[in-house]
Amino acid sequence: MSAPLKETAPTGDSTPPPPPVGKGPVRPGDRRGEGVVLNVFSHGFLVLWAVLIVLPLLWLVLSSFRTDAQIGGSAFGWPQNWDLDVFSRAWDKGIGDYFLNTVVVLVFSVPLTMLLGSMAAYVLARYEFRGNRFLYYFFVAGAMFPVFLALVPLFFMVKRLDMLNTYQGLVLVYVAYSMPFTVFFMHAFFRTLPTAVFEAAVLDGASHTRTFFQVMLPMAKPGLLSVGIFNTLGQWNQYILPTVLMQPQSGDDPERYVLTQGLIQLQQQQGYASDLPVLFAGVTIAMVPMLVVYLSFQRQVQAGLTSATLK
Amino acid sequence: MRKGQHRFVAGFLLIPVALYLIFVIWPYIQTFGYSLTDWKGQSQTFDFVGLDNYTALFRDDIFRGAIWHNILFLVFIPVITILLALFFAFMVNAGGRGRSGGVSGVAGSKYYRVIYFFPQVLSLAIMAVLFGAVYRSDGGGMLNGALIKLGLVDESSPVEWLNEPGFVLWALIAVVVWHGVGFYLVLFSAAMQSIPRDIYEAALIDGAGRAQSFFRITLPLLWDSVQTAWVYLGIAAMDMFILVSTMTAGDYGGGPDHHSEVMSTVMMRNFLLYGRSGYACAMGVVMLLLTLIVSVVMLRATRRERIEF
Repeated sequence: MSAPLKETAPTGDSTPPPPPVGKGPVRPGDRRGEGVVLNVFSHGFLVLWAVLIVLPLLWLVLSSFRTDAQIGGSAFGWPQNWDLDVFSRAWDKGIGDYFLNTVVVLVFSVPLTMLLGSMAAYVLARYEFRGNRFLYYFFVAGAMFPVFLALVPLFFMVKRLDMLNTYQGLVLVYVAYSMPFTVFFMHAFFRTLPTAVFEAAVLDGASHTRTFFQVMLPMAKPGLLSVGIFNTLGQWNQYILPTVLMQPQSGDDPERYVLTQGLIQLQQQQGYASDLPVLFAGVTIAMVPMLVVYLSFQRQVQAGLTSATLK
Repeated sequence: MRKGQHRFVAGFLLIPVALYLIFVIWPYIQTFGYSLTDWKGQSQTFDFVGLDNYTALFRDDIFRGAIWHNILFLVFIPVITILLALFFAFMVNAGGRGRSGGVSGVAGSKYYRVIYFFPQVLSLAIMAVLFGAVYRSDGGGMLNGALIKLGLVDESSPVEWLNEPGFVLWALIAVVVWHGVGFYLVLFSAAMQSIPRDIYEAALIDGAGRAQSFFRITLPLLWDSVQTAWVYLGIAAMDMFILVSTMTAGDYGGGPDHHSEVMSTVMMRNFLLYGRSGYACAMGVVMLLLTLIVSVVMLRATRRERIEF
């Protein structure tokens, strides 16, 4: 990905720009009639797209309350059984395990990504040493290559380390593949932090390590938040890496599918078993937490994702 | 230079560099080597076969078809997504012509921005299951159900969205566009908000309409973001693995009869199902080359003089 690699002025600003000023100077005699047709058309189109977004999601959630026969018969029957039993059935069918697997992996991978990525970015941004530029481009270059290029050797590398179908294997791989972006972003961020604070800490006799953890890292919080959101969403939604690395290796190997894999697995199973409400309930379970998090933090999520992409 | 600085620098870099080297860089490099072998992946024994995998690759009709489908995605996904996102972003940010006469978003633009972004926080796996249900080939599918209700489709012969060779690629493109528009709307919005208001207001006073202010002001000043979006969408169009592999027929997708095959699905099938690791590596290398070419071409094709404001 070469676009995000271009040199932009590191502003490190993760807050969204102020909303447009709605009340401009009042101009008498504004051409009120301007394109009434156009107006209706564009508003109509905006509404239509909003409906197109919401409708399938709503339809899916409602469908988990319908019976299998109802679903097969017609697409739009109103649900008749409003009990939540289907959700516990979906949870027991594996969604619960897949959910927990994902959480276990992310609890380790996201903080580790942030810690190691910030450490590398900090050193590269604030210290002069031979090979600094080289190492920086070495990290950033990884973002340019498609992950498919690495998949086959990666599989055998993880296998040789005896970490196929283990949490720690996936955690390490997630951290490594999140590194280019995290280093790139945090590098830009650390460069913007004022030198004065750093010097004050040094004068007070703080060690390098102490300065990083107690002064610089707290100051980098807005940047960390942006990259954190980006990494969390990216790793939560990752599908290709677990598909290759998290397969039971033998008959008695436990199934450690993550949520994305699990949903696809459930889709294939339910296709045969024809218990579609369970599948829809499973998707609802996977969907609702993300939507709740998004709706509560939508400003930060949008700002985080866009600033993360634009840098 | 303070004492212990070298040790500190080395200590901070050691683990990140090691992890990155082992799991990212080394596999990337190895792929090139393995792509010249007939490795089956089961054992450590393999022979050097030179460029045999590559010549086989270009005689492989399925892979050639896959490249063609990737190119179709590459053309249609960015164009449709960017056009829709630009239109919506303009409406939401500068399309309003309220009583005040100033420049602002249309009424309710705050809500549009939130709703349009919804799909972006959901994983592509959820998209795959959701649209699998939407595209169901009987009356229970949402699309067919709606069309039957409207009387556009006969109940006895609903549309097989994902099994019609002529439809399947469009059905997939629709999912990607549905998923992506909100994100690029927000991306373009951020760029639009950094355009000074007074430029618009000056244009307004000079009598510019909505279309004029869009084409003369917004688009030229937004060109950098459009370029970014273009490259991102291009890279996404080269991948497509999860949607094709889970929504279409066949092992790792690609059906019906390879009409929706993309490079990534052919590669994963050869690797995970047939165990042809060397051959799959050669495909990985081709994907890399094509991705690089695409990025360079797209960046050059969209290059404009940068406008400072």
